[in-house]
Amino acid sequence: MSDKRNITVTVNGNTYEREVDTRTTLVDFLRHDLELTGTHVGCEHGVCGACTVLVDGKSVRSCLMLAVQADEQSILTVEGLALGGQLNILQQCFQDHHSLQCGFCTSGMLMTLTEFLRDHPEPTEQEVQEVLTGNLCRCTGYLPIISATLDAARKMREGSI
Amino acid sequence: MKPVSFKYHDPRHLDEVVDLLSTLENAKLLAGGQTLMPMMNFRYLMPDHLIDLNKVEALDFLQVDGDYMSIGAMTRQRTLEFSSDMARHCPILLQALHFVGHRQTRNRGTMGGSLCHFDPAAELVNMTALLDGKLQIDSKKGAREVSIADFNQGFLTTQIAEGELLSRIRLTLPHALDGFAFVEFARRHGDFAIVACSSLMRLNAKGEIESVKIALSGLGAAPIRPHTIEANLLGHVPSNNIFIEAAHAANQIESVSDAYVSAVYRQHLARIMTYRALSQAAKCAQEKLNVR
Amino acid sequence: MNKKWVGASIKRKEDPAFLKGEGQYLDDIHMLGMLHAAFTRSPHAHAKILSIDKSKAMAVPGVKAVFLYRDLPDIVRQQTLPLLVPHPSIIKTKLPYALVNEEACYVGEPIACVVAENRYIAEDAAQLVEVEYVVLDVANDCLDALESSTHCAHLDMSNNIAAKFQINVGDTDAVFKTAPQVISERFFQHRGGPFFMECRGAIASYDKGADAYTLHVSSQGSHRIKRCMLELFDLSDDQLRVVAPDVGGGFGPKGSYYPEYANVAVAAKVLGCAVKWIEDRRENFLTTHQERDQYWDVELAVNQDAKILGLRGRLVHDNGAYVPWGIVVPWISATTVPGPYVIENFKLDVFSMYTNKIQVTSVRGAGRPQAVFAMERLMDRVAQTLGMDPAEVRRRNFIQPEQMPYNVGIIFRDGRPVTYDSGDYPACQAAALARADYLGFKARQAKAREAGKYLGLGMANAVEATGLGPYEGATVKISTTGKITVYTGAVPQGQSHKTTLAQVAADALNADPKDIQVITGDTALIGLGIGTFAARTAVTAGSSVHLAATDVAQKIKAYGAAMLSCAPEQVSINDGYVVLNSDPQQKKSFREIAVRSVGMPGFSMANGLAPGLETTSYFTPDRSTYSNGTHVVELEVDIHTGSVEILRYTVAHDCGKLINPMVVDGQIVGGIAHGIGNALLEQMVFDDQAQPVSTNFGEYLLPLSTNMPKVDMVHLETPSPLNPLGVKGAGEGGTIPAIAAIISAVENALSPFDVRISHTPISPQDLVELLGEHALGETTL
Repeated sequence: MSDKRNITVTVNGNTYEREVDTRTTLVDFLRHDLELTGTHVGCEHGVCGACTVLVDGKSVRSCLMLAVQADEQSILTVEGLALGGQLNILQQCFQDHHSLQCGFCTSGMLMTLTEFLRDHPEPTEQEVQEVLTGNLCRCTGYLPIISATLDAARKMREGSI
Repeated sequence: MKPVSFKYHDPRHLDEVVDLLSTLENAKLLAGGQTLMPMMNFRYLMPDHLIDLNKVEALDFLQVDGDYMSIGAMTRQRTLEFSSDMARHCPILLQALHFVGHRQTRNRGTMGGSLCHFDPAAELVNMTALLDGKLQIDSKKGAREVSIADFNQGFLTTQIAEGELLSRIRLTLPHALDGFAFVEFARRHGDFAIVACSSLMRLNAKGEIESVKIALSGLGAAPIRPHTIEANLLGHVPSNNIFIEAAHAANQIESVSDAYVSAVYRQHLARIMTYRALSQAAKCAQEKLNVR
Repeated sequence: MNKKWVGASIKRKEDPAFLKGEGQYLDDIHMLGMLHAAFTRSPHAHAKILSIDKSKAMAVPGVKAVFLYRDLPDIVRQQTLPLLVPHPSIIKTKLPYALVNEEACYVGEPIACVVAENRYIAEDAAQLVEVEYVVLDVANDCLDALESSTHCAHLDMSNNIAAKFQINVGDTDAVFKTAPQVISERFFQHRGGPFFMECRGAIASYDKGADAYTLHVSSQGSHRIKRCMLELFDLSDDQLRVVAPDVGGGFGPKGSYYPEYANVAVAAKVLGCAVKWIEDRRENFLTTHQERDQYWDVELAVNQDAKILGLRGRLVHDNGAYVPWGIVVPWISATTVPGPYVIENFKLDVFSMYTNKIQVTSVRGAGRPQAVFAMERLMDRVAQTLGMDPAEVRRRNFIQPEQMPYNVGIIFRDGRPVTYDSGDYPACQAAALARADYLGFKARQAKAREAGKYLGLGMANAVEATGLGPYEGATVKISTTGKITVYTGAVPQGQSHKTTLAQVAADALNADPKDIQVITGDTALIGLGIGTFAARTAVTAGSSVHLAATDVAQKIKAYGAAMLSCAPEQVSINDGYVVLNSDPQQKKSFREIAVRSVGMPGFSMANGLAPGLETTSYFTPDRSTYSNGTHVVELEVDIHTGSVEILRYTVAHDCGKLINPMVVDGQIVGGIAHGIGNALLEQMVFDDQAQPVSTNFGEYLLPLSTNMPKVDMVHLETPSPLNPLGVKGAGEGGTIPAIAAIISAVENALSPFDVRISHTPISPQDLVELLGEHALGETTL
């Protein structure tokens, strides 16, 4: 009964050819077929944001996309952020500001903010607050995530490492 | 929460879509997926066939044509958000988009998807009602046009029948001198509105209201264009009193209760939101008049 | 002893892995040949099962097995899941079986366990298990369940009382007879679920050769899970290893033993391969334990000077269908009521009621927020009734610092008398009020009213039992490769144990926390443990780490001195070496010493020293140690829509000595978010057949980034005299007074309209209803 398709997906710069069940969600494909477990499943109904990845540079809820829809697309996941194992500016700011506790929402937060900071290099605090409404955190109360983001934006503008 | 198995179809052209729709049983169209996928993950919907519209490029466009704007059903909310045509010709829709979901949902969600789901308080549905939308529905039998006022058939139900799909929406653009406002009340940022109210208002040289449109969402299955309230505002100079009267009239419109929100509260919000929308639209209209 | 690391806000060791997506949560674990489970669950809150047909499910390609109650091994079938906290007040103990036998008692109770190649197929099959039900009457609301017992949650009971008990101090009735002023009120309080971002889950594998199981569980206490499973399966210690991987939030309910864990273990043995079950979010709404409803009917007797003479009343608590945690939550609620105030006469009758809903077990705050709400709302009422400043009313009733240790007169859930060991409540409230610019509030409020805006200020004080016993152990060990490791039964779900416990060990060993590995929650690596909940880890595990590391340091010095042919007093530990004080060039590394310490075959141990650089310590606190805090909230209510915006949130908090201030601040801010949720947003709605209506994040509202105000914190530090570190717990203090303070502020904002709020959560619709005509505001005709 299962319907299969062949897909070619580029994830974090690496290209994969796989056969998938058409009902497999993108997040399950990333996590179980490609064993990139950094992207997390939090709700499977498009609210919590734990599954956020960038598809063609845009943040999406990967629990609401099918793997087949990622055919010929380029995806960035959390595993693609730290080049050479070195935390990037946003990630380092997260550590500096204690922006994570249990860590489960963190990859989704980072992906949402990666797109956001690219498109809004000089955000206001309110803009940061608003973009984060698509990602739930139950541990930190969000304040340190906001401060880390503003700090990262500033550092990226200043070009400091 | 995993979806059931289905046969996946990814057509490239509209006529392929129409063919599939006319032959397949228990088929669902996949647009942005922000509403359909949760329902499939919950197994509220269990289609045998999924027709993915995301590769049908012909459905993704935004075009200004004189007094109208045509939007393809598969045009992403993100596209609307960043469109310079929208900013120039229809800024009220941008104001409404600010309330639509979240960054991630707008990146995938579509104009057509929102209209076909027809959540009673959806901002884009409200906009389509305010801007006298005309919807083109395609099928094997050809294309037919439906007015937004006739499109809704009940809670989360539209006129779209088996074998049909929404392909484009034509909106009547606001007049250059129209003041505008979109207001809503939701529990949290990005949530579905409980009640939303939009308004376009234009003043003549004497400062009297020469045209006004109101679209009120959340009271029933579809947005309401309260034509009597609109008519009663004509000819008046904007003032607190006339807005209060209009708000009071809005409060009388019948509404529905559910497990979370009572009809009385919705009606109360209708009053408040109508007052706020009219006040803001009037202020905006006055500014345009002054600039002129 | 070195004091370099404890007290320092060092960055977390956990972070780089999490930030790079290299965390290892339960569902990240892949094992060769692993199968996946899904459950068929009761759609009814109360139903008798007439028959089950699993044939269609079994026929689905990719399905390996479908287990029903009758398929469970005898030993599992014959026992219910264990009662973890027994208490004599429990009248009738009802506990679930691993799968429903005949009577389902809440929506979501598991009836069949389907195991298949993948979760998608398992769900397909689970849908095909055909169950014939007779739907029964439900016990829906806990107050109805008490006051009319026609609908019973369990068929074999004639009423719904799970437990009842009384807290009784002094002579309350006598005091009320003559009290000048009595304030009575009914409060309805609803709290919701934990809603950690990572749903529950477990992986069981069975080693046939060793006849032993390994269970990976996203839990808050591996040893407790182990104990439950040992009993349920009648195993010996060596037959079961339970490991907690990285855990994505817990907040209490991940500490329970759930039926799914038993099922995956059964399946793993029968099928001969690892079986994984991940709770999906829908299951999380239905089957993860939560807190829910409490009805408080209370009276406060005061004199004309606002001094409390006595408090009495009744608490009716919704326990849910089963009672695995005994009466922990209502007991904590009842015993937390007096808080920081002198109350010499206190009587509370408590009823814990069975209902046909998922069990109630502790959720961050664990019944304390409700007690604080009742007490603090009563204090506000005293202020309103006597026309007095609410801060002054509280001031007049505080237990004074010189009265410490203060015996409240009641027994806490640790079986010990509630005795506040330390804390300065007046100073704490004063600090919070000063930081919140309390004195300037009246002017701010008046100015806002001129502009048609409604500001309100509310406050709440709380005293919180933390550091709950009986213990949490730690083994500190230096390996023969010189590596320092701490093993503990504590299980972090965000509380930063791997950093904070390394800080404690680092001070004792004069090492760098980056060189100390903290391994948590593995029953194979430390024999006894309890788990991380109830704000207990810093006190218990922290103290154990301190004691064990200090002892290991002594051993290192003893061995090192022996190797350097001198006395232990002549050496110091520095950066992984034992160094001769008089000639620092003379030193021995931890590695060398460790090798020496494990001896060589055939040779006696030198100097009569015990072998190994390893010490296990189980610090057993004598009783709970009490943190305290004051929250002051300033907010604005939009009287037209009823929406509430918190403008200013101030906290004064005392949790004794801080191991890592940054971590403590994080716990407080995170706790406040839960409080905001409980006060203004979170509501589990059920229909009148006990059917959960709120089953997704669109309808159940968690606080978003836009709901959080900035938080201004003042830290006070009265060290605990009850443990060597002087620490107290900090995990729940952000939540406990929050709800009361927020509701108090909302009521204060609406005081011109004589609005009284006696329930929580409060929605915009509630406020508009309470405001009546006043909600029309500027739109008044």
